[in-house]
Amino acid sequence: MNFVSPDLSPAFAEMFVLGMTCLVLVVDVYLKDSQRGITYVLSMLTLLGAAAITATSGVVARELTFSGHFVSDPMGDVLKLVVYATTAVVFMYSRDYLRKNDLFKGEFFMLALFAMLGIMVMISAGSMLSLYLGLELLSLSMYALVAFQRDSAQAAEAAMKYFVLGAIASGCLLYGISLLYGMTGTISLSGVSAIFSSADQFNIPVLFGLSFVVVGVAFKFGAVPFHAWVPDVYQGAPAAVTLFIASAPKIAAFALAIRLLVDGLGDLQGGWQDMLVALSVLSIIIGNLVAIVQTNIKRMLAYSTISHVGFILLGILTGSQEGYAAAMYYAIAYVVMTTGAFGLIIILSRKGYEAEHLDDFKGLNSRSPWLAGMMLMLVFSMAGIPPFVGFYAKLTVLMGLVEVGLTWLAVLALVFSVVGAFYYLRVVKLMYFDEARETGEPEAALDIRVLLSANAALVLLLGLFPDGLMSLCIKVFQ
Amino acid sequence: MLENYLPILIFLLVGAGLGGVLLLLGFLLGRGGKDAQKLSPYECGFEAFEDSRMKFDVRYYLVAILFIIFDLEIAFLFPWAVALDGLGMFGFLTMAVFLLLLVVGFIYEWKKGALEWD
Repeated sequence: MNFVSPDLSPAFAEMFVLGMTCLVLVVDVYLKDSQRGITYVLSMLTLLGAAAITATSGVVARELTFSGHFVSDPMGDVLKLVVYATTAVVFMYSRDYLRKNDLFKGEFFMLALFAMLGIMVMISAGSMLSLYLGLELLSLSMYALVAFQRDSAQAAEAAMKYFVLGAIASGCLLYGISLLYGMTGTISLSGVSAIFSSADQFNIPVLFGLSFVVVGVAFKFGAVPFHAWVPDVYQGAPAAVTLFIASAPKIAAFALAIRLLVDGLGDLQGGWQDMLVALSVLSIIIGNLVAIVQTNIKRMLAYSTISHVGFILLGILTGSQEGYAAAMYYAIAYVVMTTGAFGLIIILSRKGYEAEHLDDFKGLNSRSPWLAGMMLMLVFSMAGIPPFVGFYAKLTVLMGLVEVGLTWLAVLALVFSVVGAFYYLRVVKLMYFDEARETGEPEAALDIRVLLSANAALVLLLGLFPDGLMSLCIKVFQ
Repeated sequence: MLENYLPILIFLLVGAGLGGVLLLLGFLLGRGGKDAQKLSPYECGFEAFEDSRMKFDVRYYLVAILFIIFDLEIAFLFPWAVALDGLGMFGFLTMAVFLLLLVVGFIYEWKKGALEWD
C-alpha cells in the first residue's frame, strides 16, 4: 500500500491555530505573573492570523482533503470568521474581569483556543469521525473552563454536571454514528449521503440510529428536553466563561446539525423533521415560560438561549435552503446579541462579586445612561422588536416556515415570542424605572466601552441593513 | 502434527528458565537484609491486607494519568513502526508532529511541577 499525501492547504487555518496555541502554551509557562499580558497579545495574534488565512483562502466550491475527512467550503469559512471574531470579543471583555478575580491565567486562553480549534474542526468535518473529534476537543476544553475557578464550589458543581451529562450525550451521538456506520459501511458524510439517496430509507434501524444522532445534536444545542445542563452551567461558571460557552459553541452546534443532518442525512429529512419539530416547540415554550420566574440574570439568559435555540432548529427543520440560511443568520445574530448581554454583566461585576441578579440592573440608567442604553438595544433585539437584528432574524425563520407550509409552527413561535417579551422588558423596566441599589458608575476600560458600543451598534446596523449578511448566508447554501 | 506445538514448548521453557534465572540471580547477588518491609509481598507503600477504603494521596492519580498519556503514545508507535515502510515520508512526518505535540504537553507539565512529589 502506498500513501498519497493529502493536500494540506485547505486546513492551513486549523494548523496555524494548533501551532500558535502550542506556542502560547509553552511561552506562558515561562512567563511571570506580571507578564501575563504577553499571553493575551499572543492569543489575539493567533485569532488575527487565523482570520487573515481564512479570509484570503477564497474558497468558492466544496473541497475535500485528508481522504474526505476534511471539507472546506464557503459556509465553513463564514462560520469560522464569526467564531474568530466571537473569541476575540470574549477575550477582550474577559481581560479585566479575569484580572480582578485572580483568574488571569494562561490556561483560560489556551483552553479557549483549543475549544475554538475543536469548533473549527467540527465546522470543516467531512466525516463523522472528524466531526466527533472536533466535538470532543470542544467539550473537554469546555468542562475544564467551567471548573476554571477552582475555589468556587458552584463552578465545580456546574462542571461536574456538565461533564456527566456531556459524556452521556457524546455516548448517544457515538452510538447513533456507529449504528449508521453499521448500516452504510462508510464513515464519510458524502458516502452516507450517497447511500441514503438511493437505498430504501425508512427502515427501523436507520430511524433508531438517526434518533440517537438527533439526541446528541440536541444536547449540544441545549434544546428541551436535553437542556438541564444549560442554566446550571451558565450560573455556576465565572461570567467570562459563561460568555464564551453562550456564544461560540452555538455556532459549532449549528455546524454539527448542518454537517450531520443536512450534508450526511439530508435524504432522511422526513425522519428528522418531526423530531426537530418536537424539540423546537418544547424549547420555545419551556424556554420562554421558565425564564419568566428567574431572578438570576445568568439563568434567565440561559432559558432565553434555550428559546433562541428553538428558533435555530425551526430554521433547520424546514429542509429548504432558505430555512438553512435563516437558521445561520439567526445563529450569528444570536451570538452578536448574547456576547453584548454577557459583556455587560462582566462590566457590572466587581472583584469577587458577580452582577448576576436582576436586582443588580435596578436603576442602571441613573448610574450610567450609556450602559443602560446599550443594554436596552440588546434586550429589545433579543425580544425581537424592530428595527434590531433579533426581529429580522425571527422574521426570516418564520417566513421560511410559512414557505414550506408549517404555518402552525410559525404562529406558535410568534405567540411564545410575545410571552418572552415580558421578561426582556422587565429588564428595561428595572433599569429605567426602579431605584438603584448602589451608586457610582461601573468602571470599565475604554476599549471595553468601545467594544460594547460597537456590539450594540452592530445589533442595530444588522437590523437596519440585514441584506449584506443575509445574502451571504443564502449564497453559502446554494 | 505435534511439532506444531514446538514453539509453545520453547516458550514455556524460556519462560520457566528466565523466571528461574532471575530468582537465582536475586538470591545470589542480593545483599541480605531481610526486614519486614523487604519480606512483604508488595513493596509499594501499601499494606497488602487491610481495608481498601482508605485515603491515599491524590497525586497518585496525577502520575497515573500522565502515565496513560505516554502509554497510549506507545500504542500508536508500535503499529506505526511496523507499517512505516508503506507510509513513506508523510507517515514519518505525521508521527513527528504527533510526538512534537506530546513534547509540548510534557514541557508544560514539567514546568507546572506536575512531576514533583513535594
